[in-house]
Amino acid sequence: MREIRYLSVAAEGPAIRALQADTDATYLAGGTSLLDLMKLEVLNFAQLVDVNAIPLTKIEVSNDGARIGSMVRNSDLALHPEIAARYPLLSEALLSGASPQIRNMATVGGNLLQRTRCYYYRDPSTACNKRNPGSGCAAIDGYNRNHAILGTSDHCIATHASDMCVALAALDAVVHTQGPGGERHIPFAEFHRLPGDHPEIESVLQHGELITAVSLPPPTGLRQSRYLKIRDRASYAFALSAVAAALRIEGNLIRGARIALGGVGTKPWRAVEAEQALVGKPANRATFTLAAAETVRGARTRPHNAFKVELTRRAVVRALSTIRGAS
Amino acid sequence: MKKIGPPVDRVDGPLKVTGGARYAAEVPVARVAHAVLVLSTIARGRITGMDTGKAERAPGVLAVITHKNAMHLPPQPTRETRASQGDHVLQLLQDDHVLYNRQPIAIVVADTFERAQHAAHLVAVRYEAAPVDVDLLRTRTAARAPHPPYHGTVAQTLPVESRRGDVAAALAAAAVRVEEVYTIPAETHNPMEPHATIAVWHGPTHLTVYDSTQGVFEDQRKLAASLGLPRENVRVISHYIGGGFGTKGAVWSHVPLAAMAAQKVGRPVKLVLSRPQMFGPVGARPQIEQRVVIGAGRDGVLAAIRHEGRSSVSQFDQFCEHFTAPTRALYKCPNLDTTERVVSLDIATPCQMRAPGEVTGTFALESALDELAVKLAIDPLELRLRNYAETDPETGRPWSSKSLRQCYQTAAEKFGWSRKKPQPRSMVDGKLLVGWGMATATYPANVRPASAIATLFADGTALVRAGTQDIGTGTYTVMTQVAADALGLPVEKVRFELGDTDMPETPTSGGSCTAASVGSAVHQACLGAREKLARLGNGGGADPSVDEPFAAQLARHGMKRIEARYDAKQLETRDRYAMRAFGAQFVEVRVDPELGEVRVSRAVGAFAAGRILNAKTARSQLLGGMIWGISMALHENTVYDPKLGRIMNNDLSEYLVPVNLDIPAIDVLFVPEDDPYVNEIGVKGVGEIGITGMAAAVANAVYHATGRRIRDLPITLDKLL
Amino acid sequence: MATDLIPLGDPSLRQKVRLELVVNEERRDLVIDGYKSLLELLREELQLTGTKHGCELGECGACAVLLDGQLVLSCLVAAVECDGRSVQTVEGMQNGPTLHPLQSCFADAGAAQCGYCTPGFLLAAKELLERKPDATRAEIAEALSGQLCRCTGYLQIFEAVEAAAAQLRGGR
Repeated sequence: MREIRYLSVAAEGPAIRALQADTDATYLAGGTSLLDLMKLEVLNFAQLVDVNAIPLTKIEVSNDGARIGSMVRNSDLALHPEIAARYPLLSEALLSGASPQIRNMATVGGNLLQRTRCYYYRDPSTACNKRNPGSGCAAIDGYNRNHAILGTSDHCIATHASDMCVALAALDAVVHTQGPGGERHIPFAEFHRLPGDHPEIESVLQHGELITAVSLPPPTGLRQSRYLKIRDRASYAFALSAVAAALRIEGNLIRGARIALGGVGTKPWRAVEAEQALVGKPANRATFTLAAAETVRGARTRPHNAFKVELTRRAVVRALSTIRGAS
Repeated sequence: MKKIGPPVDRVDGPLKVTGGARYAAEVPVARVAHAVLVLSTIARGRITGMDTGKAERAPGVLAVITHKNAMHLPPQPTRETRASQGDHVLQLLQDDHVLYNRQPIAIVVADTFERAQHAAHLVAVRYEAAPVDVDLLRTRTAARAPHPPYHGTVAQTLPVESRRGDVAAALAAAAVRVEEVYTIPAETHNPMEPHATIAVWHGPTHLTVYDSTQGVFEDQRKLAASLGLPRENVRVISHYIGGGFGTKGAVWSHVPLAAMAAQKVGRPVKLVLSRPQMFGPVGARPQIEQRVVIGAGRDGVLAAIRHEGRSSVSQFDQFCEHFTAPTRALYKCPNLDTTERVVSLDIATPCQMRAPGEVTGTFALESALDELAVKLAIDPLELRLRNYAETDPETGRPWSSKSLRQCYQTAAEKFGWSRKKPQPRSMVDGKLLVGWGMATATYPANVRPASAIATLFADGTALVRAGTQDIGTGTYTVMTQVAADALGLPVEKVRFELGDTDMPETPTSGGSCTAASVGSAVHQACLGAREKLARLGNGGGADPSVDEPFAAQLARHGMKRIEARYDAKQLETRDRYAMRAFGAQFVEVRVDPELGEVRVSRAVGAFAAGRILNAKTARSQLLGGMIWGISMALHENTVYDPKLGRIMNNDLSEYLVPVNLDIPAIDVLFVPEDDPYVNEIGVKGVGEIGITGMAAAVANAVYHATGRRIRDLPITLDKLL
Repeated sequence: MATDLIPLGDPSLRQKVRLELVVNEERRDLVIDGYKSLLELLREELQLTGTKHGCELGECGACAVLLDGQLVLSCLVAAVECDGRSVQTVEGMQNGPTLHPLQSCFADAGAAQCGYCTPGFLLAAKELLERKPDATRAEIAEALSGQLCRCTGYLQIFEAVEAAAAQLRGGR
């Protein structure tokens, strides 16, 4: 890691001003997806503005929904009794991510910006458009087992690595920010960007814009849910494919559905067409199989990750059919 | 001597649970500077330019050493002239050649570790790169016989071919035939403690090195030879080692480079490899492809086996994985043909990794036998019993001891094997498929010459010393026990010291030979000390527990201490007997039939390995080995980018090993065995046998669960979809 | 939070930061380089080498310590973040000459083999048992899954944690 300047701030204003004054600065929260990359010299910020002292640590849950401060630690959020009761999908997703040690450190705001686990992104000696725009993508013709099949471009096939974000995508979260231009409230689906021609730009955040909170609408009728994460070992591994699914079943008919995918998309992947394929249909395996096919429609695979298409189909069927009330 | 020693607590336990055990990089050394290696980013070619200016000007940097300014070393060994097992061809900044990706090409030394690390990133390198060839399964490079001497096992040099009988004729006549190809990817050792070295010069000609090594004497020899020093001018110390598994069994480039850096900056230098740097320049299990052809009668009696294959090696050095060794020894079979070949690729030199040859070959052979059992509808255990080798099939010699039959029986009973339903997919647990598989485990009983010195003191305590290492296996503890046993003292009265080339010479800790080799030396040195004492005469009884305590004898003779040294030799009986440890391993897996996820849910291993010195440390070794086998079966895979020739999953998030949640209930059972021939203390060693049958047992269980035979490790879920 | 940069005269010391923290109940006043991780601070500056350097990337757990009682990976904590906070390492687990029950149970069960992962496991287990004194084996397994052991002594580690939990519950 290069020699850095360090500044700790206790309020949003000074934090934003510090970043405005230095284009080579970034915020330091949990550090779990920043300090490792700085040691690898994948990221090279000159200044770290430590926002851990900013009191954005509240979790408020009411009938109107939930509001989660951006500095809430992943473990505190996952184990929060009202979050676990009302948004079990979010709890499950959080607890399936990383290890307890890392969840104790990682923050909600930081996790929204979790970096990809693409081997090439993490290795500065290789070509990577995300790390070094214009240098090419070594993953496309390289080793690409953990790479994305949805939302890829000719310039990047890196997977978004967060589990929490998959649940937030399914739950229609809103990201609240404070920045040089004031407050913004960004619907989750618009927060992350597809790689397109500019994989180095991962979200709509502007330099200096600080995530202050994430809010969730009330979980009306979507409490029957399941987060299913498929991985190569029992714990502490990134998803090969993950499914956040929620259903509202009345009678035997599906009245509401949410599906989001992890481990397969270049951003947390909301499968809207699959949801539409479910609504109004009986909650049975045939319906789920049709919807599962929708989730991977248009998938673009590479030699080592082609299995993710079939795996994701099966994972979606499994997740849906193990939701209580589904058959 | 008891056949199974008491489960004495590890003598190093308290130091290890308090943070008091100091590993190589933790030895306090005044004025120590920090070195970080710069590694190549291409796999083959030449360095055409290096810009070190930025690095040199970075804060805290003391030196940037490249092939342009490195000290000139005496001529180094080549593939053809290397002297011994541990004598690898190293890359010591003597020229501009790049032979593999992540080859050391420069060293940066700075006042702090982080500054050295940052400056290492500032070294800009230009290359003339050539196309690379790194994949054994896709290469067009022809396999060839390895250059002699072959470097595949620690203890001995094995032939790479063997023939008995007429395999072609027997195969042609056989009623049933199995012919399959099995592949194993490169695997990376990844001990939790990275390689670490501190080099301290005392004047221009004397060097002390604190190193994380499985062989202080090999280290000493290699350092002396590389740097052109007399061997006695180099002292290597290694008190605690955070795991080795083979990667620390040979000296790699960073060790002499640390010494070169220390000389350059005129200060002690500490060099610790980063985790990503552990993938490449410090060895790996080679990539291996094996073909096994078995011919048998309808009754399952083996008529012929042909076992041939090739393993990857670097372009500039030697290593041959002796994967046919277990096939030569395991079953009675009149016709056998084995061939081991290597393929030179643009990779770093592979090396021994836990049970080299034995586990890789056993995976192929024991998978193929399972396929034969399926074909013949004979129970896999019954098939093995029908081909039980009462004598060594290779040499015809009697076994010094062999209790494999009891291992099969003990493990099968504990596991409940007789309740197995033979048909694949016939056992279920809810929606999960359940599969049972088994395999034979074996590992040679290696012994190498070792020496030790025992000193008895007038206060009734004893100090025993041997240069050897404790790589986590329990050497401190079992040697204390062996010495206490021989001296008739309680273990609290005995101190055992190790890990220093100033102590009596011992072999590298590899090939499961330390307990047997050093244990024999310790035993003999202690007996020697007692004899010396007895020779003083005057009622100097040889057994202090029933006679006059040796403290009193020493006092009576006005002596403060008495000392005896033993220099071990190979036992003559080793030429008359074949010597191996054996075991049987049974595994249960649960497989999700839709998602392909495999979890081992239960495992039982029974082992007969001569005398067990300490039931607790031996169980740990065997459990660890079995879990390594599960890891090999389901997880481990070192992946190279085909164009860059670079290992891409070079960290512990992407190179997977099991975590706590992956580990099922495992039973380790000891089959008592008395072996008077194998060595003075009857020990065969337990460090490696635990892994040997596991990968096959898991694969066989996966077949039984799913009806799918996976011959290409690791068994990841994508292969079962 | 007293974490402003200290303008010291020597430009090579520009990035030095003053830091007050409590390590194993002992107050420490330090002036350190701003780029130091808590791990390197402990190992290189304070010679508390019980905290291990296994991967530096938050992937192995060998460097786990308790920061204000929370289990964290010290390789991913900037030392400057620790101003005013309290760190516990393996060196601070024992009470005078008496080992913590986890320490004695690890030693007794042979849960420390090469020993390199042991300190991290001990602190992870301590944090778990303080939170959940009667943790089940599955909970222990999950809580410790961020701690890698390459000697793969996982079963002995379970046994040690369960034995220590029983001792701690027994009030010993």
